[in-house]
Amino acid sequence: MDLPVEDLLTLYYYLRLTRGLEDRVIKMYRQGRILGGCYVSTGEEAISVGSAYALEPQDVIAPSHRDLGAHLVKGILPRSYMAQYLGRRTGLTRGKDGNIHFGDLQHHIIGFISSMADGIPVAAGAALAFKIRREPRIAVAYFGDGASSRGDFHEGLNLAAVLTLPIVFICHNNQYAFSVPLSRQMAVPHVADRAKAYGFPTQIIDGNDILAVYAATRAAAARARSGAGPTFIECKTMRMRGHAEHDDASYVPRELLEEWRERDPILRFEQVLRGRQVPDDRLRAVEARVVHEIEEAITFAEQSPLPDGAEALEGVFAEP
Amino acid sequence: MPEVTYLEAIRQALWEEMDQDERVFLLGEDIGAYGGAFKITQGFLEKFGEHRVIDTPLAESGFVGAAIGAALMGMRPVVEMQFADFISCAFDQIVNMAAKHHYRLREPVPMVIRAPYGGRLHAGPFHSQCPEAWFIHSPGLKVVAPSTPYDAKGLLKASIRDPNPVIFCEHKYLYRHAKGEVPNEEYVLPLGRAEVKREGTDITLITYGAMVQQGLEAAEQISGQGIAVELVDLRTLYPLDTETILTSVHKTGKALIVHEAPQVCGIGAEIAAIIAQEAFRSLDAPVMRLTAPHTPVPFSAPLEDFYLPNAAKITAKLKDLASY
Repeated sequence: MDLPVEDLLTLYYYLRLTRGLEDRVIKMYRQGRILGGCYVSTGEEAISVGSAYALEPQDVIAPSHRDLGAHLVKGILPRSYMAQYLGRRTGLTRGKDGNIHFGDLQHHIIGFISSMADGIPVAAGAALAFKIRREPRIAVAYFGDGASSRGDFHEGLNLAAVLTLPIVFICHNNQYAFSVPLSRQMAVPHVADRAKAYGFPTQIIDGNDILAVYAATRAAAARARSGAGPTFIECKTMRMRGHAEHDDASYVPRELLEEWRERDPILRFEQVLRGRQVPDDRLRAVEARVVHEIEEAITFAEQSPLPDGAEALEGVFAEP
Repeated sequence: MPEVTYLEAIRQALWEEMDQDERVFLLGEDIGAYGGAFKITQGFLEKFGEHRVIDTPLAESGFVGAAIGAALMGMRPVVEMQFADFISCAFDQIVNMAAKHHYRLREPVPMVIRAPYGGRLHAGPFHSQCPEAWFIHSPGLKVVAPSTPYDAKGLLKASIRDPNPVIFCEHKYLYRHAKGEVPNEEYVLPLGRAEVKREGTDITLITYGAMVQQGLEAAEQISGQGIAVELVDLRTLYPLDTETILTSVHKTGKALIVHEAPQVCGIGAEIAAIIAQEAFRSLDAPVMRLTAPHTPVPFSAPLEDFYLPNAAKITAKLKDLASY
């Protein structure tokens, strides 16, 4: 796929921003500067960035907990993300929820919750609304290999299939659901083998190749938009850290991690950029911009007020 | 005013809301060509088309999740749970996704789940349950349980127009056993308001759903003995109209709460606690409850008759309370 260099640099920016923000959050977690758990997508950034970049602005995503990149592509600002992690009033949930449990319909993002796979039928419902209203929009649901064991995965895929909904399913198969390896999650080799039962196309791609993710999503999105129904894309990848930062992932064989470190999606994409004759100073300029934006986001978040305790009572119901 | 069944009143509310608001659509099992297990949506597919009357696969969590997604996109989905008993299959979507969404993100989730509930039809443990307390206990949900055709129509319309997820408990026994006048003109009843269905000065009887009929019958029976019962029909279980409850208890000094759901942690416990706390000085007797026992709903007629409160049991309890 021959994307223009400016697009390639934008992809590079989002990859670096995602990695940079999460690296900082990990450090801040170790310093005791953030509240609660810390969930990152290290090594999986190409999936969320590449797929979200393939969508139209009005398309809706239902991300999972390793999709910060998709949030950023859809318009979530680093400062909102940082303020969310710090439990500030300026965070995306005003301190009502933590870490990556957020969304924002103004940016066409459906809020993520901890029950794995719940976002799948919800994304199908968004797609259903587009179909009912004959809008040329699609929905994208993100989830991991573990989520594919839940009923909502199967109910959501099947509903989307029988109603021919404009939706793309994107699986991060990062081989571990917390400590449970894929072989204990399912007795078939691929998550796509499960999806095949629902009667729409499935595809298995290299999730650490951002251009492959972009191309597959672009094609699946076009298919959904044309009225032909869902597509399932399984992105093979590896979870490079623990389930969350409290988890040292000692149950993951070190050799496996070493093997996947060689396939780091950002380093690989840098090779692609060099192959396209993108000068190194342009990459360094992107990195400098990212560093600056992260610092600005942390300053904003740390200077933001915490909510007042009694704000806990607000917002349970929408006012008519 | 024409007299219609509870079922017909619900049908009218759905029909009228769909007719005047194209955001309203239906989804559930067997609601299309078949017209729903109770025939409430008969004729809807022909009138509104398959884009707005959607037969789903047998997957409650899936179609409730889909309703949430559509609601977030600005639609007004109305889900038919074939029987309220199956709502537990969708529990996570309801209490974790739908109920908490506005609190976390300030985005409304305008949707209704219609839940045909309750016993007296000898339908056994899986077609007779009263699940309302599960949802009252989950912040972010409104729970409605009308007892008459008039209330059912006006409250369903209000539920569809409300920007929050509403569990609309339709009592199956009332579908064809409750008849009442419903005006031809458009009307909507506010959520969160109880109604005094019968005035009296001696005992407050607080109930809802199918137990309203039974309670009114009991109140009539006992009135011959000079005991004047005031019946408060809750109509909405959350938010609870504590003002109407307390006003009545301040007047009568005695309260009996009746519900068909099991007693432990049922709404009766909550109401009893509110009365004890807020109306202690007005009370002349302990707050009493008459409910189903803490067992599954049994099938065989003598078992279910034993299990359910009814007019005779309410009368006996009212007599106990009157003797204080």
